[in-house]
This record gives sequence, structure tokens and C-alpha cells, in this order.
Amino acid sequence: MNVSETEQMAEDDTAPSSRAGASSPLSAAGVTGDAHITIRGLSKSFGDAVIYDNFDLDIPRGRFVSVFGPNGCGKSTLINLIAGLIEPDAGTIRFDGKRLRDTNFGYVFQNYREALFPWMRSIDNIRYPLKFRNISRVEQKERVERLVERLGVTIDLNKYPYQMSGGQQQLVSIMRSLVIEPEVLFLDEPFSALDYEMTLFMRDQLQALFMDTKTTMVFVSHDLEEAVYLADDVMLLSRGPAEVADYVNVGIPRPRSAATISDDEFVRVKAHCLEVFQKLVRGT
Amino acid sequence: MKSLSKILGPFTPLIGVIILLLVWQIAFWVEVVDHVLLPSPTSMFIAVWQGMSGGQLLFDFFRTIERTALSILYAGIIGIPLGIIFGSSVGLYRSVEFVVDFFRSTPASAVFPLFLAISGPGDATKIQVATFGAALVILFNVAYGVMNARKTRLQAAKVMGAPRFRVLTDVMLFESLPQTFVGLRNGVSLALIIVIVAEMFIGSVDGLGHNVLDNQMLFEMPRMYAAIFVAGALGYSFNLLFLLIERRYVHWSGR
Repeated sequence: MNVSETEQMAEDDTAPSSRAGASSPLSAAGVTGDAHITIRGLSKSFGDAVIYDNFDLDIPRGRFVSVFGPNGCGKSTLINLIAGLIEPDAGTIRFDGKRLRDTNFGYVFQNYREALFPWMRSIDNIRYPLKFRNISRVEQKERVERLVERLGVTIDLNKYPYQMSGGQQQLVSIMRSLVIEPEVLFLDEPFSALDYEMTLFMRDQLQALFMDTKTTMVFVSHDLEEAVYLADDVMLLSRGPAEVADYVNVGIPRPRSAATISDDEFVRVKAHCLEVFQKLVRGT
Repeated sequence: MKSLSKILGPFTPLIGVIILLLVWQIAFWVEVVDHVLLPSPTSMFIAVWQGMSGGQLLFDFFRTIERTALSILYAGIIGIPLGIIFGSSVGLYRSVEFVVDFFRSTPASAVFPLFLAISGPGDATKIQVATFGAALVILFNVAYGVMNARKTRLQAAKVMGAPRFRVLTDVMLFESLPQTFVGLRNGVSLALIIVIVAEMFIGSVDGLGHNVLDNQMLFEMPRMYAAIFVAGALGYSFNLLFLLIERRYVHWSGR
């Protein structure tokens, strides 16, 4: 990995944008012209299964990108690779040219029950990542208070996670990833374990949060409606090795609401994504 | 039966106790066994009362508690850190698994003579053997708990920027606590068994094991039954104590 990394770095220095433009014309950099995360030559296999092979992608700054695609196409693998949970076989990933370890990022897991620490009160769960950031205890407390106020959270954060509902736990989990004021937030199917009512509520919470912070968000979803509803851009991935099959801009103004779901533009975008998706599933 | 347990509520478990005492009492009345070998429950309880209100039994009781408590303390000090270290590296655990499993399966009583030869017939030997047995049980359980720590939780700590050592102390340690308590409960039961057996045979002058054997040889049957009863109550109490500690400090277990 080291060899290819230095090679890739050299390439990055000379012509990152032209390379991206050449190999993935649908990349979002073309849409906004401001890449936040640049991925070059990413390769990853699990045994014989090649998930990514020399994959290039630019993820734009300050946009909400939904990642959608058939089962097993590597949606979650992509954000796990970017967030450093999985080591790539080859390739580089840079955040404004920085490495991951110099980047402030948040990650929200699908399984909040297994991601939160049940031995800590929710408030301490939220405060936990601040412990590794050279921040005084007083400031830690203030940061959490500020976050609670900004999100208008009314749940009792002195409870333990297991004393809360699923939605509340995932909200705590999201707060924990936000308290560090991340540049990028990764969300891996965060609402898929919640009931429908809670999902609708959490979508709007997340949207409000995005509008408020303009944090770059990469959102993996297996629910097309949700992916389109939340996204500025929907990235459709094909199956192994993964390619960006389509990169769809969702131009519907925010805040979006329940009415958006029956909006003409929403229906059109969703139908288009579904068509691409079905082609991918059929493998044609 | 369902309605019976509803009526009795928390007193339901007493039914078994009453049945046992009744069967015993009837067996005594009809003299199934000679009265010398099987005294009445009442005479046993009188012997318990007499022994525990300042008699030899009370002294022996405290000696056994002392030995067992020391054994489990040492076993925890040895077993928990080793369990965490072995459990946090699959390769390391695989390399010592067979040895741990082998000695865990070896009856601790079989190694008495070895420890006797090394440490002599003193108090230390009893505690060493009990520590040896209990530490292996604790080590095994802690390692198992660490190995089965939820991957997501470890990843969560990692993405939040926790260094490796903090992942160990902030996540692994807590993740393994429920299983650690399983180890401690099993360990204390085993330590008590070993201590009692050791008190019977190895040049002992006190302890519940010594008390049981002594009264058996003197044919003081009510006293012997009393010592057995107290040993049982002690084992039960140790288990209960650890359960209560677990419920208090490992409040998230099973939730």
C-alpha cells in the first residue's frame, strides 16, 4: 500500500482534477467544482470478490450525498474505507489534501444499540469523543450543552442508552458524532432499525441539522425514497467491482417535507434512480 | 401450581425448603437410617446455633471465608489482566488456549501434592491451589468476554479517535465485565471447594473442612451436619454476593 500511496500522491499533486474528470465524468466535482474528499485508485477485495478496482471519486463539499445501489455493491464498504474502518488494498483518500488522521469526522452506525456504550449515561456517550481532542472539561460540557440547545433536544440525557427508545438512542449516536463539529459526517443506514414514524421524524432532524451546519454528509441508504428525500446528490453504485453508475442531482429546495414526496420533481428523480437501479440489478 | 406461586409470591422458593425439611423429619421419625447417622433437623439447627454463637464453628467459618476471599482476590488480580491481554489478541489466545484449557480441566485436587511439595503444609498452600484453580476459570471467561466484544463498539471508539490503549480500557474492559462476573462466580465456587477439601487433608487445624472431618471422626453428627450446612450457606452467599455486585455495577448486562 505504501508504494502505491506515494505514487498516487505524486499524481495527485500534478493533476488531480483532470484525472478525476477523465475517469469519472459523473463525479460530483463536475457538478460543484469543489471536491472535499478525493478518492484515487481505490482497490479492495474480500477474498475473490473484487469490490473496488481502481475506483476514483470526488465527494463535493457541503453537500448531502446519498449512496444507493444493489445489495452487496459495496455501499457501506465505501464509507468504511473512507472512514478508515477497513484498510484499502490500494489507493489514496484525502480530505482537502489531508489524511484521515488529521481530519475531524463523524460516523453514525446502523446498529446504535451496539455502537453506543451502555455503561455510560447518554450525556457521557456524547462527550466521549471530546476526550481525545485536548479540550478542557469545562469546554467539553459547554460543547455538549451548545449542541443540545442547537438541536432542541428535550430527551433526558442522564438516562442510560438502554433506557431509551431506538430513535432516541440513534439521536444520541448522531449527537456523539456531531459534538466534535466534524468536517464530514458518514451515516451508514442510520434509520433502518427504526419504525416508520421515527424514521420520518429522524429524517427531518437530520435535514435540519444539515441545513444548519452545511457539514459534508455521506449517507448510505437501502431505501430509495429516503436517499432521494435527503440528498443533494444521489450516487448510484453498480455491483463488483463498483462503479458510479449515475450521479443524480436533486434540485428540490429545502426544507423538504412530507409534501415533497408527491412533488413532480421528486417523483421524476426517484423514477430515474429506480430505472438505473433496476438495470444494475438485472446486470445489463 | 401457577395459582400457588401467585398466592405465595416471593415466598414460592420456600416450598422446596419445607418439603426437604419434612422429608428429613419423616425419615428421622421412621428411622430410615440410624439416629446417630441421621439426626433430626432440629438437632442440626441447634448445633448451628450453638456453633455460630461464639463456638468453634464460627471460628472455622471465618477461617474458610478468609482463605476463599484471599484466593478469589489473588485469582482476580492474576486472571483478569491476563484474560484481557490474551483475549485482545486472537493469535496470542490461540497459542495459550490449549494450556489454559488443559489446566482448567485438570482437577485442582490432583495438584495438591505438587503444591504441598513446593510450599509445605501451611495456610499458603491451600490459598495457592485455590488461586490456581480460580484464576484459570476467571482468565478463560475474561478472555472469552474480550474476544466477543462487539466489533461495532470497538470501531465506534476507533472512529472517535480513541488510541489503542484507550479502546482497551474504555471499551474492551467494560465489554468483558458481564463475562468476567460469570468467571468470578464460577471461580469463587471452585475456590471454596478447593479450600474446603484442602482444610480436610493437608495438616489442617481449622476451617469448615477441618470442622466437618473432625466431627465425623468424633461421631458428633449434628455438629457435622451443622458444618456442612454452614459450608453450603457460605457457597450460596458468595454466589449471591457476586450477583448483587454485578447487578449494581454491570447494570447494562443483558440489556
